[in-house]
Amino acid sequence: MKSMRYREAVREAIAEEMERDSRVFLMGEEVAQYQGAYKVSEGLLERFGEKRIIDTPITEAGFAGIGIGAAIVGLRPIIEFMTWNFSAVAFDQLLNNAAKLRQMSGGQLSVPIVFRGPNGSARQVGSQHSHSMEHFYVHVPGLKVVAPATPADAKGMLKAAIRDDDPVLFLESETLYSVKGDVPEGDYVVPFGKGRIAREGKDCTLISYSRMVHVCLEAAEALAAKGIDCEVIDLRSLRPLDEEILVQSISKTHRAVVAYEGWPYGGVGAEVVDRIQRLAFDELDAPILRVTTLDVPMPYNAKLEQHVIPQADRVIAAVEAVTYRRD
Amino acid sequence: MKEAKTALEMYRMMQLIRRFEEEAARAYSLGKIGGFLHLYIGQEAIAVGAAHALEATDSVVTTYRDHGIALARGMTSNAGMAELFGKVTGCSKGLGGSMHFFDKEHRMYGGHGIIGSHLPLAAGIAFASKYTGDGGVTMVFYGDGAASIGATHEGMSLAALWKLPIVFVCENNQYSMGTSLERSISVTDMSTKADAYGMAKDRFVAEDVFEVRDRLKVAIERARRGEGPTLVEILTYRYRGHSMSDPAKYRTKEEVEDHKRRDALNRLRADLDASTDTRAAAEALDASVEAEVAESIRFADASPEPTADLLEATTYVGEFAR
Repeated sequence: MKSMRYREAVREAIAEEMERDSRVFLMGEEVAQYQGAYKVSEGLLERFGEKRIIDTPITEAGFAGIGIGAAIVGLRPIIEFMTWNFSAVAFDQLLNNAAKLRQMSGGQLSVPIVFRGPNGSARQVGSQHSHSMEHFYVHVPGLKVVAPATPADAKGMLKAAIRDDDPVLFLESETLYSVKGDVPEGDYVVPFGKGRIAREGKDCTLISYSRMVHVCLEAAEALAAKGIDCEVIDLRSLRPLDEEILVQSISKTHRAVVAYEGWPYGGVGAEVVDRIQRLAFDELDAPILRVTTLDVPMPYNAKLEQHVIPQADRVIAAVEAVTYRRD
Repeated sequence: MKEAKTALEMYRMMQLIRRFEEEAARAYSLGKIGGFLHLYIGQEAIAVGAAHALEATDSVVTTYRDHGIALARGMTSNAGMAELFGKVTGCSKGLGGSMHFFDKEHRMYGGHGIIGSHLPLAAGIAFASKYTGDGGVTMVFYGDGAASIGATHEGMSLAALWKLPIVFVCENNQYSMGTSLERSISVTDMSTKADAYGMAKDRFVAEDVFEVRDRLKVAIERARRGEGPTLVEILTYRYRGHSMSDPAKYRTKEEVEDHKRRDALNRLRADLDASTDTRAAAEALDASVEAEVAESIRFADASPEPTADLLEATTYVGEFAR
């Protein structure tokens, strides 16, 4: 085990895969000379040279499309979005090219590409820079979407993403980059479609991913002091989604709260609720509640922003509701 | 005549594209083909000239008006017609349709339905050639209607910045669906867009397939030498509407007739007819084209449809992600 920050884990995964496979390259805004807007790619230009660590102008549709074109003829691009917010101007490339080329070519083409970058809220960056884009992308067949919460998973899942023959959207978080954790040494690869029990418990299942896993763990500690023992599931992978881990946990706790960033209308949380009610209906002792970003664009004001982003107190209230500790 | 053998080859392919599409239009009216069908009739000299200028190791990417370049690159009529009929023997197993012809073997990478989005994609194929040093050149076709949208310019901007081995071919058929050039763009000489990116440019009318080949070859060789992309605007005309549902009432019969009088296929045929030998050869080719197209209709009709088990298998390479 080696202790490292989330951003170092992402960097190490990129570097190891680039060492292993000359077809892998990193392309995006400020990834090379500037050393990365969030310093994820720090040192990679010096190590791999400008042929493989490539600065782009501000052209998300352009360089997302270039990555896809390079992937269909055999390269394995890693495309960094400075933040996932900016992927909105490349949405057509992801929706119509990355996700569709395989099927509309009758299976002749594959698109082995990774799109990655920070997703979700940061700190007071306003309404256009605080999106949780996973809710748009999980809807699309042909894409895989993962959102690791820990340095170990960040490394292991990014390595899996780079080796995957399908397009993978890899969602990091600006507020996770400095989080430290133990990462196994060696060629550590975490397969997709498997959730993780972040905390064992028997009274209620808290389901989350990415930054909100840490908020759920905080809420679980506070709830333990009140005598409610929560199990926290870190989904890690959103598409594919681990149904088995959900059913197993609900069969034990009979109650669930899904907590994540993103608006309440539809999205990942609604999907999780649908799967649970279909697969474990008889196990439920209470309706499943969701704790989400409030249904408004993100405000700049610091207090209002914290009010809009889901916090531990809202998670606690939801758990108390499903365990009938409060109305 | 000059290059008689090549002239006959090019004539056969232009005639094949035209007859393939005329029969496709007939099949469409019989309900054998669904959805959209965008015909290339009138523009054949561009696809055929381009195919003769490119090497087999080069790549092409085009719009939804894609039957011509697919056939010119070597796709069989059977695979093309079966795709239009939605059959599993089609080039894209009946899953793509008219707008999504793909032929990896002949490095024909679609067949794209979103205007302009395929230019960055094509630049990516060119990027891969530069990255691996495989010596390949990518040629991407787009229409005058794609000249204003963002992705087109991002593709050109990056290709020029990185001197990628790519040729941008604007097939200017004068109409963006039903909107004429003058009504859709402020500068109607679209080759001038190259100036903004510091790219080489060329501009000419597609009346002579040899000229198309030779002038595209200049751009291809420039790209292959590592001297960066060229924007080539080729003025052309589609005789049919934008798609099968378009009666083309936005233009006059006289305008269409005027263009047909300068038809590149007829011109090439007239040149072939000038000598007895090539005339006889052209007549023989006409017969072989008729037989090939008739066979493609029969083949498409007789072919089985794709089955539902193909759907998930062609969505992901690996296990289906749900």
